[in-house]
Amino acid sequence: MGDFRKTGKGVIDTQQPVSFTFDGKSYSGFKGDTLASALLANGVHLMGRSFKYHRPRGPVGAGFEEPNALVTVTRGKGRMTPNLRATAIEIYEGMMASSQNRWPGLGFDIGAFNNTFSAFFPAGFYNKTFMWPKSFWDKVYEPFIRNMAGLGPAPTEVDPDVYGAVYGHCDILIIGSGPAGLAAALAAAKKDQRVILVDENVNMGGSLIGAGHVSIDEKSASDWVAKALKDLNKADNVVLMTRTSAIGYYHDNFVALAERLTDYIPEAQIGKTREKLHRIRAGKVILAQGAIERPLVFNGNDKPGVMLTSAAQTFLNKYGVAVGKEVAVFTAHDSAYSAAFELADSNVRIAAIIDAREGVSAELISAAEGRGIDVHIGSVISKTGGKKRVRSVEVYEPVHNTQKTIACDALLMSGGWTPSLHLWSQSKGSIKWDEAKGVYLPDLANENCVCIGSCNGDFGIKAALDAGSKAGGGRKVYKTDEPVFGSGQVFDHLPNYIKPSKTKAFVDFQNDVTDKDIKLAVREGFKSIEHVKRYTTNGMATDQGKLSNLNALEIAAKALGKQAPQVGLTTFRPPYTPTTFGTFCGYRTDDLFEVTRKTAIDPWAEAQGAVFEPVGIWRRAWYFPKAGEDMHAAVARECKATRDSLGIFDASTLGKIEVVGPDAAKFMNIMYTNPWSKLGVGACRYGLMLGENGYIYDDGVVGRIAEDRFHVTTTTGGAPRVYRHMEDYLQTEFPELDVWLTSTTEQWSVIALNGPNARKLIEPFVEGIDLSPEAFPHMNVREGKICGVPTRLFRVSFSGELGFEINVPSHYGRAVWETLFAAGEQFDITPYGTETMHVLRAEKGFIIIGQDTDGTVTPQDAGMSWIVSKKKKDFVGKRSLQRSDLVAEGRKQLIGLLTDDPKTVLEEGAHIVADPDQSIPMDMLGHVTSSYWSESLGKSIAMALVKDGFNRMGDDLYIPMEGGVTHKAKVVKPVFYDPKGERLNVV
Amino acid sequence: MKFSARSLFANALSGHENWPEQFPNKEPKKEYDVVIVGAGGHGLGAAYYLASKYGITNVAVVEKGWLGGGNTGRNTTIIRSNYLFDESARIYDHALDLWDGLSQELNYNVMYSKRGVLMLAHNVHDVQSFKRHVHANRLNGVDNVWLSPEECQKIVPFLDISQNRRYPVMGGAFQQRGGVARHDSVAWGYARGASKLGVDIIQNCKVIGIRRGADGAVEGVETEKGFIGAKKIGVSTAGNSSVLMEMAGLRFPLESYPLQALVSEPVKPIVPCVIMSNAVHAYISQSDKGELVIGAGTDQYTSYSQRGALHIVEHTIMSICEIFPIFRRMRMLRNWGGIVDVTPDRSPILGKTPVQGLYVNCGWGTGGFKATPGAADMLAYTIAHDAPHKINAPYNLDRFVGGRLIDEAAAAAVAH
Ligand SMILES: Cc1cc2nc3c(=O)[nH]c(=O)nc-3n(C[C@H](O)[C@H](O)[C@H](O)COP(=O)(O)OP(=O)(O)OC[C@H]3O[C@@H](n4cnc5c(N)ncnc54)[C@H](O)[C@@H]3O)c2cc1C
Repeated sequence: MGDFRKTGKGVIDTQQPVSFTFDGKSYSGFKGDTLASALLANGVHLMGRSFKYHRPRGPVGAGFEEPNALVTVTRGKGRMTPNLRATAIEIYEGMMASSQNRWPGLGFDIGAFNNTFSAFFPAGFYNKTFMWPKSFWDKVYEPFIRNMAGLGPAPTEVDPDVYGAVYGHCDILIIGSGPAGLAAALAAAKKDQRVILVDENVNMGGSLIGAGHVSIDEKSASDWVAKALKDLNKADNVVLMTRTSAIGYYHDNFVALAERLTDYIPEAQIGKTREKLHRIRAGKVILAQGAIERPLVFNGNDKPGVMLTSAAQTFLNKYGVAVGKEVAVFTAHDSAYSAAFELADSNVRIAAIIDAREGVSAELISAAEGRGIDVHIGSVISKTGGKKRVRSVEVYEPVHNTQKTIACDALLMSGGWTPSLHLWSQSKGSIKWDEAKGVYLPDLANENCVCIGSCNGDFGIKAALDAGSKAGGGRKVYKTDEPVFGSGQVFDHLPNYIKPSKTKAFVDFQNDVTDKDIKLAVREGFKSIEHVKRYTTNGMATDQGKLSNLNALEIAAKALGKQAPQVGLTTFRPPYTPTTFGTFCGYRTDDLFEVTRKTAIDPWAEAQGAVFEPVGIWRRAWYFPKAGEDMHAAVARECKATRDSLGIFDASTLGKIEVVGPDAAKFMNIMYTNPWSKLGVGACRYGLMLGENGYIYDDGVVGRIAEDRFHVTTTTGGAPRVYRHMEDYLQTEFPELDVWLTSTTEQWSVIALNGPNARKLIEPFVEGIDLSPEAFPHMNVREGKICGVPTRLFRVSFSGELGFEINVPSHYGRAVWETLFAAGEQFDITPYGTETMHVLRAEKGFIIIGQDTDGTVTPQDAGMSWIVSKKKKDFVGKRSLQRSDLVAEGRKQLIGLLTDDPKTVLEEGAHIVADPDQSIPMDMLGHVTSSYWSESLGKSIAMALVKDGFNRMGDDLYIPMEGGVTHKAKVVKPVFYDPKGERLNVV
Repeated sequence: MKFSARSLFANALSGHENWPEQFPNKEPKKEYDVVIVGAGGHGLGAAYYLASKYGITNVAVVEKGWLGGGNTGRNTTIIRSNYLFDESARIYDHALDLWDGLSQELNYNVMYSKRGVLMLAHNVHDVQSFKRHVHANRLNGVDNVWLSPEECQKIVPFLDISQNRRYPVMGGAFQQRGGVARHDSVAWGYARGASKLGVDIIQNCKVIGIRRGADGAVEGVETEKGFIGAKKIGVSTAGNSSVLMEMAGLRFPLESYPLQALVSEPVKPIVPCVIMSNAVHAYISQSDKGELVIGAGTDQYTSYSQRGALHIVEHTIMSICEIFPIFRRMRMLRNWGGIVDVTPDRSPILGKTPVQGLYVNCGWGTGGFKATPGAADMLAYTIAHDAPHKINAPYNLDRFVGGRLIDEAAAAAVAH
């Protein structure tokens, strides 16, 4: 293989050798190398296989735009990462990388038979075939296609790494640290602006890094960069961020940055945050992202060893690696000459420069000849030799129709430059076509944003520096000594004497899109560039078209007989570079994803061995099993204990909103169906809330604490929704009302005591409240003290038993609970969970919003006409309630069901029919909403929404289940227990 | 030219130089029997069925941009029919029946893949709601079964079913006939099919007005390429429907929101079916190319700009990674948005309008791709007969006046 390292070149640390493996074979590189540069230094170009045809490929670029050299890196459990660009990942001691999308190996890949038959798989081939036999698509064709496709292996283990996410603000955000970005940062730093300068690379300096032929203000490029960075580092108003990609540009100068923090360090040191998302709101954004060189589209342009001229230059200047020993250069742009000269000056033999243009400046030619380089102008490459590495090129001169083969071990290509407009376009800045340069350039900004340097078409270092200084608010004029950047010519077609059917010229390397595919798309009527993209998949590879889009545009435009600007570009979509999912998650994973809300009493329940259920974002004790009990047994016991003596229940999750202000009662009148003006202070009322469409939205007990103050409760899941709903109406529909809303859900712990002994238990602990039934009747609220702490004590019941809901400030919740629990021993106090709560309320026919209603149920449907005020002029939903369908006969109505066999507990969600013998599709009447075993009644009970249910009282209905079983049930009123409500009156 | 392995082979030998245009782009004629506005899957499909099933071939489809470039080309392609209400079951199942033979009918492989849709239940409320769906579906003849956590895991081997998680898997509803199709191919296949039958597809031709005669009936559309006469106009413009309806003087109960989706870099097959999780609001499938295809919930603000906010993307990925932590190391490749038209009950409006000769198909919101063949057929039927079919009759505009809503969202929360 031989050594391709050039001493004295590059910014790698040759004192620190680093060993790593690629496909199991050991190699050595230096600290500062990318995987690609280290492999190239070892003479390895073959690094991957293409997506469709499995063609052997090597790196074509030297950075983040790389489409070919994709590898998988493994580093311990859960840390396998597929599809990494070898040109963008740094090696570390012990790194294990492997090639992808090949079997059994990279050198010999069975999948390459696709290549042999590639003529049968042009763009869109799958639309035209695989249709017969019909059943084969799911079973045979698709699984086969799926297995052939995909790049790297899919992950199978949980990622152990942690990620971070932060917000940031600055006056000026500069993206890209080449000459333009650095000059902008230097100028802005002096203006006392808060500056953030980011670059996706390890080192700042962009194209200046290791640029031997450049000097700035009499300093070498490296010295100038070093000085600039020193100054910027010293300035405390400047933040420098490397290994950080700006990935998305959103409304109002909101830019997302992804910072990579650990992928380059050896395994043993992992433990820190792997990547971090920075969401930056910037006063001004300066885009100095540079330009990306454009490949040339010619037959055989995809062999390992064929790469961009600038890539070879980067490998040399940054990593001290020569990409070959005998390098041919194929160009349509002047800039390739200086790159070739740099290589030549580093003792790389330049086999030839092949220039597609007729007119090339005499200086360039003589400079080349001065270095002993042959220049073939007006010539192209008609084919390349070699299989897994380019070995030769055939130079074809169309005018004289001559061919000549030249040996080489690398081929550099330059089709000119494409300014990076991705972020600019994401910001919705417009672009315009520059005919002279053959590129799209930024036109009108949509945000406070400028593009400078080569991404603005100002190629050349001085131009970039001066533009940078100006954008940063300075006026500095730089002096440089730099190679001529020159100009180029854009070719929409390179001549070849070989029949097109025998050629393969790639446009999108990774997706194996050729010029012929693009022409085929146009021929078949795909005339919009978006159609071309989708039909051919050009630009949809992991480089997102960075190398391919402009070439595709030129070829499509020619095929359409149009000019490029008439055809237009496809939309640029975020992210600029593929970004780890974990980075978007930040720290919000596992327990921090959506933090489980727990009540103050939750730890007590946990200690008691409660089983929990998630309810909305809360977790609630579901039931409290004793040894050997299942849920059924535990619930039966809890129900019985509560009805017989005393149950204690943590109701703290109930939503609570404090509605306060002179117009509080007026506001309540609007939000709820029932009236509130006359509710006395100290009284409670059950409230029902509708949405504007007239359907039940939420419910809860509301206590009037003072003339101008209501303590509103909502359902557990509904709290945020109801609060928003109230605010929405208050702010947009009734802004004239003098009312304030405060969510107090977390401020109160709520302990519900239910059972005939409830009053007896609390009596000794209550101060300042007369608990006698006369002084404190059902549906009242009093303020006072319990266990020495302030309380709002509600006398309410969701179980039908004598009940109290003790609200105390949250931090006292647990102490009060424990005090009462201890004292409750005399009454055999029994803690119960949500399941028992559900059974108890169902026995009484109380509804649960969202279970017995579903957003299509009116108060009338729920049998609650009584709660809808006829007198009130208005309340939310009133008008809708009068709509024809809402007052129609035969709507689904909430009824009770008793099964024929009292032991049969119906399944919630099961559907109900009148005639079980009909054929499918059956005429369904409704469904079971709630269904339980009632220990107190010794039978099962259920509630259901049934068409015309109120008129079916006493009817038998049927519930056909899976497997031919059909249950029979009788329609009854949905109050199963103590219909007169006498149990509330225990003294 | 018929598409088949044979024709592909024959054309390969001639260097693929002889394939004809799949859907020639036409300049508008003066007048058509029917003009369809909007060349999405629904509009193109309606034109195809008008010509193929209902014998009306003098039809133009007028599209402001490139055909299939609206939500048809932006969606996450989930297909299923396990909706709750009878009305929904009928229209989505009609669509599913049509999906099943669509590639063969169109002679265009739309890659409808019945790989199944699994909806995960994460709390008791989910369980109740999904079972309600399963029971209703069973009695409606729609395939959808309830699976235990272990059964879910059999389908999705990497599913973590341990119960101590933030969102434990408490079971799932699975519809085998559900799956995905390739969205572009659907648009292209219908476009090719319709073109062959004589339909003119006119791209880059924005409709800017709807002309009505003295009697109020439509006379045609004003477009960027001039007036095009038609006594019948079918509007199928998804996110822009309220704008189009306004051109005819109608106010529609629609709100338009950005809806975002994203794909990862491609990897080898891992996700066997479509998996949805309503509780965290995330859904995922894997394209034939290998990309994980992930959909978000709508952005909260109404907008016509086809890009959304970053925090929606963050939350979506977070949710996916919460349910499937093995994907945390995957990388997002592309993220985009479409504009979805949302009705108050999250069900479509498909039928006649108060304006004579004006028909509408809109309001599919976040979930109309799966309905494409069914909606297209129903729109075509309604235009051809000047009356709705019984399948789409419930989807009239009047229901918002009378209140006979078909509120799937109220029952399901997610509607993809
Ligand atoms: C991100 C995202 C994910 C989705 N995921 C799913 C999913 O998984 N499953 C599912 O079933 N559905 C999904 N949907 C919804 C689905 O995409 C749509 O409901 C469906 O594609 C609508 O099809 P269409 O043909 O009606 O609309 P479109 O494809 O949007 O077509 C409407 C056409 O009308 C054109 N138009 C608009 N105004 C004018 C005018 N003035 N003149 C001429 N032409 C005009 C537009 O350019 C467009 O081409 C998703 C949507 C989005 C945005």
